[in-house]
Amino acid sequence: MGLPGALPVLNSKVIEFAVKLGLALNCKLSLNSKFDRKQYFYPDLPKGYQISQFDIPIATGGYVDLDLPLEFGGGHRKFGITRVHIEEDAGKLLHSGNGDYSQVDLNRAGVPLLEIVSEPDMRTGIEAAEYAAELQRVVRYLGISNGNMQEGSLRCDVNVSIRPVGQSEFGTKVEIKNLNSFSSINRAIDFEISRQALLHSQGQSDQIVQETRLWEEGAQKTVTMRKKEGLSDYRYFPEPDLPEVILTPEYVDSISNSLPELPEAKRRRYEKMGLSMQDVLFLANDMNVAEYFDATLSSGADIKLAANWIMGDIAAYMKNEKLSINDIKLTPQELAELIASIKSGTISGKIGKEILSELLAKGGTVKGLIEEKDLIQIADPVEIGKMIDKVISENPKQLEQYRGGKTKLQGFFAGQVMKLSKGKANPGLLNKILLEKLNGQS
Amino acid sequence: MLSTIQPPRYLSRFPLRGRTKSRSFHILSSAQPVTKTCFAADQSQILSIRDSLLNRHLSAVELTHSYLDRLKQTEPHINCFLHVSDPDKVLKQAQDIDDKIKRNEEVGPLAGVLVAIKDNICTADMPSTGGSYILEGYRPPFDATAVKRLKDLGAIVVGKTNLDEFGMGSTTEASAFKVTANPWDLSRVPGGSSGGSAASVSARQCVVSLGSDTGGSVRQPASFCGVVGLKPTYGRVSRFGLMAYASSLDVIGCFGSSVADTGILLHAISGHDSLDATSSKREVPDFTSQFTYASSLKSRPLEGLRVGLIRETVDAGVDSGVKSAIEGAAAHLEQLGCVLKEVSLLSFSLGLPAYYILASSESSSNLSRYDGVRYGNQASSDELNALYEESRAKGFGSEVKMRILMGTYALSAGYYDAYYKRAQQCQEILFLSDHSLLRRLWS
Repeated sequence: MGLPGALPVLNSKVIEFAVKLGLALNCKLSLNSKFDRKQYFYPDLPKGYQISQFDIPIATGGYVDLDLPLEFGGGHRKFGITRVHIEEDAGKLLHSGNGDYSQVDLNRAGVPLLEIVSEPDMRTGIEAAEYAAELQRVVRYLGISNGNMQEGSLRCDVNVSIRPVGQSEFGTKVEIKNLNSFSSINRAIDFEISRQALLHSQGQSDQIVQETRLWEEGAQKTVTMRKKEGLSDYRYFPEPDLPEVILTPEYVDSISNSLPELPEAKRRRYEKMGLSMQDVLFLANDMNVAEYFDATLSSGADIKLAANWIMGDIAAYMKNEKLSINDIKLTPQELAELIASIKSGTISGKIGKEILSELLAKGGTVKGLIEEKDLIQIADPVEIGKMIDKVISENPKQLEQYRGGKTKLQGFFAGQVMKLSKGKANPGLLNKILLEKLNGQS
Repeated sequence: MLSTIQPPRYLSRFPLRGRTKSRSFHILSSAQPVTKTCFAADQSQILSIRDSLLNRHLSAVELTHSYLDRLKQTEPHINCFLHVSDPDKVLKQAQDIDDKIKRNEEVGPLAGVLVAIKDNICTADMPSTGGSYILEGYRPPFDATAVKRLKDLGAIVVGKTNLDEFGMGSTTEASAFKVTANPWDLSRVPGGSSGGSAASVSARQCVVSLGSDTGGSVRQPASFCGVVGLKPTYGRVSRFGLMAYASSLDVIGCFGSSVADTGILLHAISGHDSLDATSSKREVPDFTSQFTYASSLKSRPLEGLRVGLIRETVDAGVDSGVKSAIEGAAAHLEQLGCVLKEVSLLSFSLGLPAYYILASSESSSNLSRYDGVRYGNQASSDELNALYEESRAKGFGSEVKMRILMGTYALSAGYYDAYYKRAQQCQEILFLSDHSLLRRLWS
């Protein structure tokens, strides 16, 4: 609220989070950093200044590695991080529909934030969007934010400039605000690039001025918000109400040792396991999914099969029921058991899929369900033979038709045998023996 | 607090009084004398009050009545207070103390002690204006930590005292609301910026009071009003609840009619506060246990103590009255056994300009929050910038405006290195020179 006599106090959690983030982004940490006041008047800034870090941010000079999704061409990218600094949030302005008044919500004013500034390394909208997605992944992996753009837990402004091929100097940069999703980041940047390129091609490149533009989601374009006449003078000076932040090497080491395996490391590890890029990107995207996958593997499951089950049936179930992988009742150990049971032939693949849905919804053990429902695959040729004989004998007309040339009826017979066996017959064996019998070979 | 605009109009020759033991208030001869019971001048009023209350020689209500009566009689002449507590509430607090004593319950060490608070220190149950129109009628939702600590120890807050607006000034004339007179001579100023706090103790309207000191605002009015004023080391007392002027220099300080009272008050409010990140974590020693009354001291109690007299403070250019006051104090110290040595602090002249840059810069920032939007006086306007401009133009006095302008300029782009940073470096130089001087004196 910026009340008279009120003083700021540093929230130690933000230091912990800043160090985690700085390390995860491969930055150099400033063991001695300080706060500064950034001064300007605005209704959402109760003190008339924002506590931030100006010249000595807590982390500098890092990078992120990421892989572009295959549908966008794939490929590895490395983008530089200029700095990570701590600052306090301002309030939130809510403008009335007709513009008669605005309301100021000060609930979040003073809450600490981490601001991440990238090097101008991206060249397309998708690169920037993927960069943002990777940051979201990292902060979720670190447990320092839920990274939800819709909630404002992750916010993004971009600066875009273009220059003629061969020119080393950057062109005039334009800031774009009001980007609320990764796809808006992507589209806004691509729009702005083409807007600036068009002006260039028309010989009107001087119309590209340093300004702030708003992305209009509805119209899918950027519009002028306010023109910047030169740089604002924020009259920075060191914040006298907060002491310096001093990080000891022991503190940094303890945080470093507590970091989880980060997305990039995970992707490289999955790649080494032989998984395809598509699988890698899916599995490493959500830390919980990756953990689940790793747990399934450590229970002995085959890598590719585990990946397939998770990416296929399980993912579909989660999507349908709108659940996260932490909510499903199937444990990684049981998934491994399921995979092993199918691989060993104990149950058929079809049965496997059936009990999967029950396991997902209600839990339980694979072994338990197999026993309870008597699902063990029938793989004894004699037994299958007997069932086939029974079906054939009960359907003489179809047998005649088959022998008369309607070979498609094999499916009918197979279906009937399956039904008789309550789905437990080994399909491969069934069809082999069935074919023999239908053709009168046994 | 040193002022640039207003030369001290009334201070052509201020007589040196030294350490007065008599208590002659000739100017206010029509006022009632304070209850005679127990106050020997060189003892502690606070301890005497405690003694009298616990021994049932005096009730808190009687004591409070005598102070309130005195306040009522003297106030129209000296105008120390911007807000006086409701007498009924005050008497009720006193009554509660008496009841507890009757029931043999414990009461705090400051029980029954009437205290006045400078109006730039937040009190939740009374307006806190900082001496400014922009905060006219403002009621804080919290007590300053120093105030809370006093109340927890049983003190009774009798009112909020007048000051130069936001602590900027050295005569208390820069208050938006009224002018306070010096109780010793109503035609003279009480000093500033804590003029009201100093004068109210001087006029015995209260036992002790709190003020604030950024560039002398407790020390100077104490001298003008003939009371003891103590500026603690920065960080010793929490600044939470003190309306910030210069964050790296502000402290809350104490006024009393004796050294002991001032010390007891300081002890009560000292110590680390988690709400103030600049408050010191160093332990607060009980210095009150080391007080020795003057009457029981041997003849040269400060024997062997080495004191440096900074030549630059008595050089050419210093008013002769000030010079003789300093030299008189030096002579007194020598009488008490000190060894006085003249020393030179070459960087002395850096102090004032560095102070002005630092204080104006920080205050220009600290006063940005007074925009009329969330609290205080709001000018009516249809447009945001006009709202800011009108509220601040109407709400702030000229001294405040000048400092905001100076500070904004000093911090503006391109000037930070030349002014603020330089000033901080001067501060460091002064600190180091002072320190090395002291080390040389000790060795």
